Amino acid sequence: MTVTETPATPAPQSHRLTTAKAMADGIAEEMRRDPAVIYLGEDVGAYGGIFGSTTGLLDEFGPTRVLDTPISESAFIGLGIGAAVEGMRPIVELMFADFMGVCLDQIYNHMAKIHFESGGNVKVPMVLTTAVGGGYSDAAQHSQCLWGTFAHLPGMKVVVPSNPYDAKGLMISAIRDDNPVVYMFHKGVMGLAWMAKNPRASADVPDGAYTVEIGKAATARKGTDVTVVTLSLSVHHALDVAERLAPQGIDVEVIDLRSLVPLDREAILGSVARTGHLVVVDEDYLSFGLSGEVVATVTEHDPGMLRAAAVRVANPDTPVPYSRPLEQVVLPGPARIEAAIRKVLGG
Amino acid sequence: MTTTSPPAPAGSAKADQAARRDLYRTMTLIRAFEEAIKRDYWADKGPGFDIGKGLVPGEMHLAAGQEPVAAGVCAHLTADDAVTATHRPHHFAIAHGMDLKALAAEIFGRETGLGHGRGGHMHLFDPATHFSCSGIIAEGYPPALGQAFAFQRQGTDRIAVAVTGEGAANQGAFHESLNLAALWHLPVVFVVEDNDWGISVPRSASTSVASNAARAAAHGMPGVRVEDNAVETVHAAAAEAVARARAGQGPSLIEVHTLRLWGHFEGDAEGYRPELDQVPGRDPLPTYRATLVADGVLTDADADAITAEASAQVEEAIAFAKDSPLPDPAHASAYVFA
Repeated sequence: MTVTETPATPAPQSHRLTTAKAMADGIAEEMRRDPAVIYLGEDVGAYGGIFGSTTGLLDEFGPTRVLDTPISESAFIGLGIGAAVEGMRPIVELMFADFMGVCLDQIYNHMAKIHFESGGNVKVPMVLTTAVGGGYSDAAQHSQCLWGTFAHLPGMKVVVPSNPYDAKGLMISAIRDDNPVVYMFHKGVMGLAWMAKNPRASADVPDGAYTVEIGKAATARKGTDVTVVTLSLSVHHALDVAERLAPQGIDVEVIDLRSLVPLDREAILGSVARTGHLVVVDEDYLSFGLSGEVVATVTEHDPGMLRAAAVRVANPDTPVPYSRPLEQVVLPGPARIEAAIRKVLGG
Repeated sequence: MTTTSPPAPAGSAKADQAARRDLYRTMTLIRAFEEAIKRDYWADKGPGFDIGKGLVPGEMHLAAGQEPVAAGVCAHLTADDAVTATHRPHHFAIAHGMDLKALAAEIFGRETGLGHGRGGHMHLFDPATHFSCSGIIAEGYPPALGQAFAFQRQGTDRIAVAVTGEGAANQGAFHESLNLAALWHLPVVFVVEDNDWGISVPRSASTSVASNAARAAAHGMPGVRVEDNAVETVHAAAAEAVARARAGQGPSLIEVHTLRLWGHFEGDAEGYRPELDQVPGRDPLPTYRATLVADGVLTDADADAITAEASAQVEEAIAFAKDSPLPDPAHASAYVFA
């Protein structure tokens, strides 16, 4: 008997997408699947999002599901909260994370606390998307990361994709999550035509819906000598440095956290257990934030895991300066990362 | 527009009498609840006054005197409509039909409370009546927009009522919310309870306009100021606003010049204002009772029976709260995430 089997479904297809397009692709997948999903914010309609987060969505879903709002962040983030409470799945864009100052009450006192205050009786399934990061001279009020601030306040998950695949998969997971999820995209990973971009800002992304689990770090590069724990744009800087150091016999492992809340402490501990050396790279402010949390994760577990003192590479608690040489020195760029790796290895 | 005179009741005289009795019943229940909470709040705060001590610890903002606002507005609502209230929420919670036992148990910090003791009296969330409140001034307005938005999208005639005090009308979130609600024709009724005082600061020292109805006009919606803290005037103003919202004609604002009979919070020495209990006729509850008796809607015996019934309901709820277990400290971090 001869049977020629053909696959029931065609092999998964993929397309080469920028991170921005992959994010919009994930949103579109969920909007097609679930009519309760809407997207609202400033300039998310005809403009397609200042950083390309909603490109094409208005054309496909129309102005009743992709809504331009007034510049009233408290009102429209609160609107998202109330709509989520009543069964919708809103995605609300805060144009820059730096703008949290005008609407933080809705975010941390309402969005993040209602489930707790209600004793679990009221869920707030919304996604708050927001652009973060510097590197293009946008100065002190439009360049911050601030993910440590969001992560510090209990009740919201915080995800930070670094590449197109994760951008789509984390977006779909965020929309389906019954908790509020803050989705922070770095302008430098979006693959924008009008901003310097890393080659990894475009990649093959599977068509159709798939999820990336929130709370699971990725090993962006396997290595044996030193663990670099990082996230967002800094993943790419760390990978670039790792590739440069490999021929010199320094084998760097790069952990992309992908989310701050939940924080994948197991991934951090597992890697440091193998390498014995820890560098944390964080574009957010140095003190009282993520980099300290990562080091504490290790030292509270077993300080003996570290064969040398951990080194942190972060913004030195300085507002992001405008002038290029000043900005470049406060950002955790490749030169600072390389120096930190050499230092932790006793070089 | 300012309105003070009670409108001619619509419909049959018998139905109107029943509706007026219901308004009085609601106001009486609210007062009985607030008096019971006040009694138990103060029962074990001594010696002296320790705010963190006793069966009901923490800040306590009671709404005696403001019953006409809640009773007059909520008479037009069903449990499918949403209400977002303030740090002083009990009157609206009760008028909107919240279960008294779950409310009392939350105030007493018990496991059987609305939020299993996580919320407390300023953070009440009741999915059964779509009720919520916020302890942050003006910040209860924005989520109400979203509830109204969802109701509109779901093709229903459900509405959201958003309550603040007059102090909140000077906050950004207030103005952002009015603009967005008017812009998107959301089915919202904004209610401003003007009790003359933002804690100790009189309205005259905080607010640039005589009536927040003017601010409604500035945002393109009808606004009315009810000057007399009379439940039937509030009821009539709310009838119009609720009908507009249900008919898809967008938001309205009602400001009521009401009376905070007691302090901003229990323990407020109130050195900033005269004793109100010596101002005759200012307490809306006996005033309304006298009106109903004079109009032949209630006899004194009827009114006493309503008071007794309210008191029994409240004491049953308080007893339930006191008999309920406290939450297990081992689970203090439960419910941070779903």
